[in-house]
Amino acid sequence: MSAWVPVIGLEVHVQLATDTKLFCGCLSRFGAEPNTLTCPVCTGQPGALPVLNERALELAVRAALALGCAVADWSKFDRKNYFYCDLPKGYQISQYDRPLCTGGTGGGIRLSSGRLVRLNRIHMEEDAGKAIHDRGPRTLVDLNRAGVPLIEAVSEADLASAAQAYEYLTALKEVLEYAGVSDCDMEKGSLRCDVNVSVHPEGEGWRTKVEVKNLNSFRNVEAAIEYEIRRQVAAYEGGDPARYPVQETRLFDAQAGVTRSMRGKEDESDYRYFPEPDLPPFHVDAAFRARQAALLPEMPKAKRRRYQEELGLSEYDAGVLTAARDVASFFEAVAARTGRAKEAANWVSNSILAGLSDAAVEAATIADLPFGPEALAEVLELVERGTITKTAGRQVVAHMLAAGGEPAAIVAELGLEQVQDSGRIEEWCRAALAGKDRIALDVKAGNLKALGAAIGSVMKLSGGSADPEVVRETLLRIIREEL
Amino acid sequence: MSDVRELDATELARRIASGETSAAEALRSALAAIDTQDGALHAFLRVDREAALERARALDAAQRRGEPLGALHGVPVALKSNMCIADRETNCASRILAGYRPPYTATFVQRLLDAGAIPLGHTNMDEFAMGSSSENSAFGPTRNPWDLARTPGGSSSGSAVAVASGMCPLALGSDTGGSVRQPAALCGVAGFKPTYGRVSRYGLIAFGSSLDQVSPFARSVRDLELATSVISGADPRDSTCVDAPPLAPEEPREGLAGLRVGIPAEALGAGLERGVRRAFDAACAELAALGADCVPVSLAHLEAAIPTYYVVATAEASSNLARYEGVRYGARVPGDGTLQGMFAATRAAGFGAEVKRRILLGTYVLSAGYYEAWYGRALKVRRLIADDFETAFESVDLIATPTSPCVAFALGERVDDPLAMYQSDVLTVPASLAGLPAVSVPCGFAAQGSQSNDGNDGGNGGLPVGLQLVGPTLADARVLAVARAFEEAGGHRRLPPVRARSEGAVT
Amino acid sequence: MSHPASRPAREPDVELVRRTAALARLSIDDAEARELGREFASILEHFRALQSLDAGDARPMTSPTERADVVRPDEPRESLPRERLLAGAPEPCDGFYAVPKTVEKDA
Repeated sequence: MSAWVPVIGLEVHVQLATDTKLFCGCLSRFGAEPNTLTCPVCTGQPGALPVLNERALELAVRAALALGCAVADWSKFDRKNYFYCDLPKGYQISQYDRPLCTGGTGGGIRLSSGRLVRLNRIHMEEDAGKAIHDRGPRTLVDLNRAGVPLIEAVSEADLASAAQAYEYLTALKEVLEYAGVSDCDMEKGSLRCDVNVSVHPEGEGWRTKVEVKNLNSFRNVEAAIEYEIRRQVAAYEGGDPARYPVQETRLFDAQAGVTRSMRGKEDESDYRYFPEPDLPPFHVDAAFRARQAALLPEMPKAKRRRYQEELGLSEYDAGVLTAARDVASFFEAVAARTGRAKEAANWVSNSILAGLSDAAVEAATIADLPFGPEALAEVLELVERGTITKTAGRQVVAHMLAAGGEPAAIVAELGLEQVQDSGRIEEWCRAALAGKDRIALDVKAGNLKALGAAIGSVMKLSGGSADPEVVRETLLRIIREEL
Repeated sequence: MSDVRELDATELARRIASGETSAAEALRSALAAIDTQDGALHAFLRVDREAALERARALDAAQRRGEPLGALHGVPVALKSNMCIADRETNCASRILAGYRPPYTATFVQRLLDAGAIPLGHTNMDEFAMGSSSENSAFGPTRNPWDLARTPGGSSSGSAVAVASGMCPLALGSDTGGSVRQPAALCGVAGFKPTYGRVSRYGLIAFGSSLDQVSPFARSVRDLELATSVISGADPRDSTCVDAPPLAPEEPREGLAGLRVGIPAEALGAGLERGVRRAFDAACAELAALGADCVPVSLAHLEAAIPTYYVVATAEASSNLARYEGVRYGARVPGDGTLQGMFAATRAAGFGAEVKRRILLGTYVLSAGYYEAWYGRALKVRRLIADDFETAFESVDLIATPTSPCVAFALGERVDDPLAMYQSDVLTVPASLAGLPAVSVPCGFAAQGSQSNDGNDGGNGGLPVGLQLVGPTLADARVLAVARAFEEAGGHRRLPPVRARSEGAVT
Repeated sequence: MSHPASRPAREPDVELVRRTAALARLSIDDAEARELGREFASILEHFRALQSLDAGDARPMTSPTERADVVRPDEPRESLPRERLLAGAPEPCDGFYAVPKTVEKDA
């Protein structure tokens, strides 16, 4: 049996992070009460006209540049005509034959294997509204989303597996999020993905491609592709040409893990594109592109390389810290202040990120933190100077996560200043050892774990403020001399 | 008591401002004229009587308080039914928009309001501005006050008639391929289509987006200047609106010495009625007598103008009218109960025959496999037509043609022959395609029909003929200034012999 | 991307009218389809002038507008109150526009 080669392309729609819609001043926002963010323009009232949002254009150009693509000198909008209940004008303002960005310039996403997934084109278009089919006997239409600015990024069919598609999407999301173009949140619908899949025997030409829609997570994209590849291969291997895959659009049923033909869909693909007469063409000159390029931050790949090569972090740590742009910024600010990157990395990963995923902590992301990187840097400084122990430091951070506040003030309030007073330490050590002859015996026998436990007890008794070195020495002395 | 039938808007506004009359008095005159005549003429689809009276009272009170007066303070104005006024039914003379009340007011209407004008209501038109006679209105035709058995032209039929019959001195229409100029010519009033983009289209219900322009009707050219200066100017809500201040009229001219006027041979072809030709020739002689230099020019691609126009306009219309499908506003017919079935049934029931014809034509010329041959080609020929004008304007300042190849034709005469109807626009569509400013001014009278050549050019049986002047892009002020000089020297203004009574007796 | 290659020019037939009407969501009956087919044929025949002209490589003119680069700042402008828009809707329902249940077109 010859090997089957999958050929996969992805079309990704991404909502641009503007305040308002593409062609009108309504807020572009998720989760509002239905039909409360609309106006004559985005509801297609007779006589209303579109006007282009300049920030949408800026972000679209930034996205193209971040992906390494060339931007056209001038571009225009076209009308894509079709009828649906969520399309108020009966046409979508999109781009057809002069998109903002065409491929062929080396732009795209390079996967970890080295494979370059090229971008065929990136264009701007307005989103449609939402049609809700599962609330009662009628379909309900909400036009809040109608007119939200999108870019559509179409890849070449350069992907060869579901896993590659997953990696591509992850990388694409990362780049666009870093560039500040979009929050790329599939759950909120700010990133949507359709896939095109075909298979052919190795060495032969490409066969019929099938489109799959309704994919609402990266995992679902992966699963849908895997299923579709299996389905198509099975159909061809079945040998009956009547059952070979046909060019069509299928929906992914996440529950069942299968793709299904869209029943009753008349595949009307004659969109009668023509240039949008209500919108004049627009230019993107070199100066404009340069301004947008200047606003691009260091991209994740480059950043990860720098963290490893210049700051000496591990690949894993670099990955964790660059997963989101604001985490990286936070980390870099702490590292810059303390001058100790590895230490900063540990604290950000273990105290901050871990804290954010703690249900008891209200803040869910770095942006929600009631304190900034300077505060964490200060904690690190206090530990470094010996003013507080590491344990106490973690306590301070935990306090800040819960209630904000300043490190120095918290230290004072909780009495966390490292105690080196031998008298007090001696008291705590004796208290920790009281009635625990076992410990003394174990330690004398060479069991240092027991010593560690004893140190831990003393730290607890002292509220974390005892100097662990002094504790250790004191415990050993007491054990040696007295027990 | 001022009789609005006699006064133009400029004079009426002056008399109101000076206290010789009031907004309320002027409005009462207008309403009286509507009451006696509109039964027979059917210029209006709806008169907002109470709202207008209230507004007139408020305007008079403001004047008494010494508040500054807008340029059109107290002037009653009629608006075509495709012009959005918030909460007032704006139905484009179509069943599909019966009962539709826009949630907003058009920019140009707001400017009229800000200038103190009194909107009288909405006038009749060909459905969605598609037509040249008002016979495509879903609510019955409008009649020409010069002869009730004839059409007033279209599509801005009611607005033309409101002014021609003296119901009000000013009306707004929309001109896509001649829909203000042609009815102006057929009704013996002045009508002006500005340079494309000179007036905002925000709030004008679209037919042909790259062609539509809000265009005023008046009984004097100085009124056209006044109206245009009020409604024109930059509007951030319309991306195609020229970013310039409102029109500033030129100083009135003493004669036309030094003006070069081009007369395209291609416009004087076989389709022109003899009476129209005679009146046009006489008008050219008048221009010459005023000092203008009339010379032949060539607009080589003129014969392709009608097909080009109809391909472009119907393509745009097929898309602009896709929003009328019964989801968010307007009529809805359930059809077979499915969504797409509802769309098809709603549109089939709501649109008239001509609108359907044009939507289908427009859909066809954009459809896969036909785009290049039709729409794609039309856009190229459009460029050629625009280039012809540009070339001509290298040697002349303005171009003159008759506005319409014929005088007002009988109701029913062309309604079954779309092509014959389309030919009404042959002289007006070129300026629309090129986006150039164009005015129609009355220039005489003629008997109908190329057959009758009795040389009657002003007798009682004559019907109005219009002279069209076209200028280069953004030469709006010059076009109007020349038209004004022609009008004031020529004395062609006349009021129609009104024979209708409010009971609607038609002779 | 560009428009599909031209099909050979031919007179529109009833089938074509029907397909075009379907594309335009206009239901027409047989009599209308035949009538429109005739009208189309006649109109398009008259429009042949367009075909026989040598347009050369004239630059297509979508619009007479000479404007370009028209943009607006990304600043909010008040939306309309929902009631205002739904008041005129054929079937308002709980703050939505209701329509017949439909096969899911896309997410």
